[in-house]
Amino acid sequence: MDFQLSPKEEAFRDEVRSFLDENLLPEGERADDFVGTWFQKIREKRWVGFSWPREVGGGGGSIMEQVILKDEMAQRKAPPLGSCFMGLAWVGPAIIQYGTDEQKQRFVPEILDGTYHWCTGYSEPDSGSDLASLKCRCEREGDEYVINGQKIWTSIAMWSKWMILLVRTQTAVLTKHDGITCLLVPMDTKGIDVRPIRNMSGGAMFAEVFFDDVRVPVENRLGEEGQGWQVTISALASERSSIAEVHGLIRRIAEIGDLARRKVKNGRPAIEAPSIRRRILEAETQIEAMRLNGMRFLTKQLKGEPLGSETSVNKLLRAKLEVDLGELALEILGSDAAVRKGEGTLDGGRWQDLSLNWPDVVIGGGTPNIQKNIIAERILGLPKD
Amino acid sequence: MNFGFTEEQELLRGEARKFLDQHAPIANVRKWVETPEGFSRELWAQMAELGWTGLLVPEEHGGVGLDLVTLLVVLEETGRTLCPSPLISNSLAARAIALCGSPLQQARWLPELAQGTKIGTLAHLEVGDGLGVDHVRLEARETDGGLRLDGAKCAVADAPAADLFVVSYRAPGGAIGLGLVERGAAGVEVESFEALDPSKSIGALRLDGVVLGSDAVLASADAGETLEALLEIGAALVTAEGVGAAEGALAITVQFANEREQFGKPIGTYQGVKHPLAEMFVDIESIKSLAYYAAWALDEGADDASVAVSRAKAYASCALPKLGIDCVQLHGGVGYTWEYDIQLYLKRTKWLRPSFGDADYHYERLAALGDA
Ligand SMILES: Cc1cc2nc3c(=O)[nH]c(=O)nc-3n(C[C@H](O)[C@H](O)[C@H](O)COP(=O)(O)OP(=O)(O)OC[C@H]3O[C@@H](n4cnc5c(N)ncnc54)[C@H](O)[C@@H]3O)c2cc1C
Repeated sequence: MDFQLSPKEEAFRDEVRSFLDENLLPEGERADDFVGTWFQKIREKRWVGFSWPREVGGGGGSIMEQVILKDEMAQRKAPPLGSCFMGLAWVGPAIIQYGTDEQKQRFVPEILDGTYHWCTGYSEPDSGSDLASLKCRCEREGDEYVINGQKIWTSIAMWSKWMILLVRTQTAVLTKHDGITCLLVPMDTKGIDVRPIRNMSGGAMFAEVFFDDVRVPVENRLGEEGQGWQVTISALASERSSIAEVHGLIRRIAEIGDLARRKVKNGRPAIEAPSIRRRILEAETQIEAMRLNGMRFLTKQLKGEPLGSETSVNKLLRAKLEVDLGELALEILGSDAAVRKGEGTLDGGRWQDLSLNWPDVVIGGGTPNIQKNIIAERILGLPKD
Repeated sequence: MNFGFTEEQELLRGEARKFLDQHAPIANVRKWVETPEGFSRELWAQMAELGWTGLLVPEEHGGVGLDLVTLLVVLEETGRTLCPSPLISNSLAARAIALCGSPLQQARWLPELAQGTKIGTLAHLEVGDGLGVDHVRLEARETDGGLRLDGAKCAVADAPAADLFVVSYRAPGGAIGLGLVERGAAGVEVESFEALDPSKSIGALRLDGVVLGSDAVLASADAGETLEALLEIGAALVTAEGVGAAEGALAITVQFANEREQFGKPIGTYQGVKHPLAEMFVDIESIKSLAYYAAWALDEGADDASVAVSRAKAYASCALPKLGIDCVQLHGGVGYTWEYDIQLYLKRTKWLRPSFGDADYHYERLAALGDA
């Protein structure tokens, strides 16, 4: 075991650090266009799409350098490494792997520049966990595909210019994974109707999307017809080691500890209650386990072994922590937690909001039951249910 | 960056597994635990030949001179098959002498402990169940020829077979001392108890006017830090052995779930069975990560070593007893029988909980370390 960086990696870390020292001004000192300038600067450094090949405009960064970059950025609470979240997370990787030259030239630079948002049209009302059962109909007519059907839970559909969409081009198939096709669809195409859905926290970040005779040119197909499942699965797999998420949790538990010192409950700071202290320390320990698990997975990757289903371990830990931390914060707040916003609400009601937002992670990223199935069936070798 | 084992360590793991599968299958374990000493002297001698008993002991004293991370690899494997042996206790006693013994004491004891011809253990806990160094009450009084000890040490792991006890006490003036007490010396009485986990042995040490000569006093100055270090090493090592046992229990239960059929299907098809097994996997992976890091941090003397140890042991002390219970429960009625092995694993997880501090102890310790 050895947690040292190589001289080259250390030099890269120092480069990231000095970039942060220079460009990440304290929150009070930032100009109005701070974020815009930030994105421009990290783009110039090729830190947006840092893992992508240089020939498509990415940074060609090694696995370890990617980790260093994310790690340093997360520790310093820097803005994200690019603004086109889904484009960078899976649309871009799918286009790089399966796209035609025209598609690569057209879309990749705009994803890197964050010119506009992408959204993801996978889930349907009757196809969530069982995504491959999707039914959104699509027929070819000459040089066009004609789409009829519905998607749901499409995050930021209302602010997106493009959608990566899964449709069914064939119904008579041997397995449900066949006959699915991936299309790249402009959101302003005639026949698309976006209806935002309000979530329990009160906001509306996702939407239902209806398709009524929506026509898309055949050249907007990504990969072959009927190959849509592989196109999406391999791109989703490019989401990896959870290093950056851990920093968010480390920060949050530190803030909850701080909350427990500030909040007076039963006549004393909440932190003095052994049960509260224990829960904070348990969460800290689980977060540390998640961090170290991530390092072990990373070690595997560095040795050239592909990461398989073991990433579900940290997904489960994270799902549990998202819920637990929300509940812990409310327990610390005591009767203040009955007020969502009001005079004297600590931290502007942030903890109350947080306790209502856990489904973003816990449901949005594949539910815990599905993660447990993955571990049980693919790692432990239990029969499929 | 490499949070994994070296090639040598992986080789050692493979060899250890092969050796244990061959010489210490659970059927043998069941026989050994019925004997008065609770383990096999013959196997112990073989373990010594493999270098395991002297793994931590410096080479100049007849050991192999390796680190805790390497010992952890062996312990994960001995844990997997619940192999009974005083390996952890013996390693701790040797480490105590290596840390603060005089050259003479080291030359006297380390070769024999390394070769397994003498078995050592740590005798620290007393009535009142205080694990922390501050809880040592056994007083040493000046007397002719050295320090006189009158009192008792309880929950002494591997006491029934130990030849040498590293005993914590209060020196005159209040400093913590560590002394070497030999079985058979005047005033020494060793009691054996039935352990909750039959693959572990436990007892008490009674000291009635035992006199420690200067050759038996391990450190002249305060040994509090050494004692603390030994307790941390102990916690890391039992966690490693415990997580190995947990992996063994999970493998047995997964196999059972694949074979046992009810309602026309293997029970492992049902999520009520497969999901707890997946949760066990999450806990096992997490404890491994925490324990590996803790062992590394102790080896390196890293700043966060104490925190790392307490996190690993706290997590394990909570998760593993639950894992043991779930494994038995998932077996149904046969899990409750003496005949099935899974119950032995449940007992190991219960033995592990208090060993070198339970979750309560380690979480409170983490709170204290955080405030400091
Ligand atoms: C905040 C948020 C953002 C999202 N953004 C997007 C997006 O941008 N694009 C997109 O395409 N989708 C998105 N989704 C959808 C998300 O992927 C699905 O909600 C998720 O896959 C679960 O599907 P479902 O909601 O249909 O629930 P279901 O699949 O119906 O599940 C309901 C319950 O049944 C359980 N369950 C289902 N199958 C099994 C099984 N085999 N065994 C055991 N239990 C089972 C689940 O665990 C769950 O508890 C988002 C969801 C959320 C919450």
